[in-house]
Amino acid sequence: MINGRVFKYGDNVDTDVIIPARYLNITDRAELTSHCMEDIDSEFIMKVKSGDLIAAGKNFGCGSSREHAPMVIKLSGIKCIIAETFARIFYRNAINIGLPILECPEAAKDIEDGDRIEVDLNSGLITNITKGHIYRAESFPEFMQNIIKAEGLINYIKVKAGSL
Amino acid sequence: MGMTMTQKVLAAHAGLDKVHSGQMIMAKLDLVLGNDITAPIAIEEFEKAGMVTVFDKSKIALVPDHFAPNKDIKSAENCKLLREFSREMDIENYFEIGQMGIEHALIPEKGLAVPGDVIIGADSHTCTYGALGAFSTGVGSTDMAVAMATGEAWFKVPEAVKIVLRGKMGKWVSGKDVILHIIGMIGVDGALYQSMEYCGEGVANLSMDDRFTIANMAIEAGAKNGIFEADDRTLKYVSEHSKRVPVVFKADKDAKYSRVIEIDLAAVKPTVAFPHLPENTRSIDEIGDIRIDQVVIGSCTNGRLEDLRMAAKVLKGNKVDQDVRAIIFPATQRIYLQAMREGLLEIFIEAGAAVSTPTCGPCLGGHMGILAKGEKAVSTTNRNFVGRMGHTESEIYLASPAVAAASAITGKISSPEEVIK
Ligand code: SF4
Repeated sequence: MINGRVFKYGDNVDTDVIIPARYLNITDRAELTSHCMEDIDSEFIMKVKSGDLIAAGKNFGCGSSREHAPMVIKLSGIKCIIAETFARIFYRNAINIGLPILECPEAAKDIEDGDRIEVDLNSGLITNITKGHIYRAESFPEFMQNIIKAEGLINYIKVKAGSL
Repeated sequence: MGMTMTQKVLAAHAGLDKVHSGQMIMAKLDLVLGNDITAPIAIEEFEKAGMVTVFDKSKIALVPDHFAPNKDIKSAENCKLLREFSREMDIENYFEIGQMGIEHALIPEKGLAVPGDVIIGADSHTCTYGALGAFSTGVGSTDMAVAMATGEAWFKVPEAVKIVLRGKMGKWVSGKDVILHIIGMIGVDGALYQSMEYCGEGVANLSMDDRFTIANMAIEAGAKNGIFEADDRTLKYVSEHSKRVPVVFKADKDAKYSRVIEIDLAAVKPTVAFPHLPENTRSIDEIGDIRIDQVVIGSCTNGRLEDLRMAAKVLKGNKVDQDVRAIIFPATQRIYLQAMREGLLEIFIEAGAAVSTPTCGPCLGGHMGILAKGEKAVSTTNRNFVGRMGHTESEIYLASPAVAAASAITGKISSPEEVIK
């Protein structure tokens, strides 16, 4: 069960503001993470706590294919992103690295910055504790659930290879 | 129910007779691509997972183009990682400085993408090869790592937007104006998770370079891929560049589309996308007076020969405005050489523009032309997000090479007609 505070953003949050290209030559993951969301919310990295969530509007993660984007969000401590829709490469990358993301327009519109949210990934149930609202996201297809459970595609492949 | 072009290519690579939108499939890959930003993570994941060999050393391409030629020590380390991995795995398509180019211009030029292929690349503009009738799409580094080992990737079969092109483009109008026009119409998520399938008699009037530009920016409409049915012009291009055998897939007559858009190419005007989204488009007659500080002509969108020829046509005999820095970067070494032979480079330099070796450079705010606070640029690249080319308070206006070149001369966003009467 995921339970934390929400950072709320608008539509079309692109990968260039999640992790600006000027930092992409950095390979040290902690250093890279210190620039997470820098160009859209310079205080994010100071305020974020492990267990928190991000909620946003349409087309979250649009732009480049850089896996650095979901990676720094995951490393910053964010446990789940809820958005109206995600850009497709970001969606893929998040699943592949084991960062849960949920498409739920109803929740994404209603949730406000600072709300406390609880998410049950198995059922897709999102509870807004601050407002007392409940929203329902579609749960993942089994194949994707397994990738998330394995903490990413690499582990999933390893586990699969091991069981063969 | 029939299948779209994309669905047919995917079905063939998944070993299935039929696929439908929403279906999860595993598909065999004809090429796996990475660059100096994304491949280092993929290589790390590849090694972390204990993978020791690649599935096919002729079907992997590694191109140091983003921060290359190495812009600093960190970039040098990343490029070194690519180089060493390529040697170790005996990768046939590693392109060193001197042979390299921006990956999406280089791959078709080297004959590594042909009609009917399924290609993934850890770079969002991998969708460019759809111009050749291939299914090609951008993925992340983890996908790349797994694909390098297994030669396969998972896909959710997409729906498609059908874009019917009619007529012929007017003077000073190019593929860039067409795609900006389309994105302005449908928005940056207008084709989210879908294919953009181009058809109609107007396609025959588009050069290969126009098609590359149009397919290149499918991602800017949120699409999974953009694809053109291969025609005689495509097959001629392929026979001149590749030894591989193309397979032409056509959409079924009864294929289902989520949406059909008709575009009259003759009605498309030179188009500019205003900051900070590619969908904020205006036609050239609605621009107003916007002074600029920099012009960038190049990138995987518009760094090909026709683009340079177009820019040269406008710049010839003219001078770059004294308040403007004009930077031109041919996309590959071969394009660079040909531009030199045709005298284009001479025209650029005489006009007062700087000509760079192939690199992504300023396109992603990497190096070779970063913007300071408050500066404005007209650029033939594909993204004008906040901070994309430098300071978060700088501005990028996306345009065609003709408009960019005209703007370099006047110092404000201009139509080529203002410069060439
Ligand atoms: S030229 Fe720009 S958009 Fe194209 S691959 Fe390079 S950074 Fe990406």
